[in-house]
Amino acid sequence: MVVLSIAFILAGLFFLLVAAIGTIRLPDVFTRSHAVSLTDSLGAFCVLFGLSLYQGFGINMLKILVVLALLFLLNPVIAHATLRAAYRAGVKPHTEEKS
Amino acid sequence: MKEFFIFVLIMLSVLILVYLYRVIQGPTVFDRVLGLNGISTKAIILVVVMGTVYDRVEMFVDISTGYALLNMVGAFAIAKFLEQRGTP
Repeated sequence: MVVLSIAFILAGLFFLLVAAIGTIRLPDVFTRSHAVSLTDSLGAFCVLFGLSLYQGFGINMLKILVVLALLFLLNPVIAHATLRAAYRAGVKPHTEEKS
Repeated sequence: MKEFFIFVLIMLSVLILVYLYRVIQGPTVFDRVLGLNGISTKAIILVVVMGTVYDRVEMFVDISTGYALLNMVGAFAIAKFLEQRGTP
């Protein structure tokens, strides 16, 4: 159980690291939100699931899984609301430059 | 085992600093909102890991649930306000 939880936490840290690199390297707000919402949700899922496995079966595991479900529902919804606001406020998407 | 969780805490703090660069640097205000969303996700995970280190998860998990709900309300308020104001 402990080995499995360590493996899940390390995989989640890898995904969170990829999300952070994407936040810095990508060119505009739409692609950055792609990095933040998708990869960040997967990384948070892996880390919190590993922590709940470390707790063993019981009320603590159930509570951590409630936080996990909440995060999994809310993270894409927040990203969608922010991006809809950005699109309606008139932010132009980044397109390929003609050389 | 405690050292591993302290390592996880340090890694999450470094990732929060990376997102903070985007919050300070971001060209439009929506970049800053996205960076704050990422920071609050990291903070929720950070609180649960801290509870695991101190062996008091049943208390810290409630704090992180409240923080997630507050994060949702704040992000929706900012998004609605910026959508109605209409300037990038």
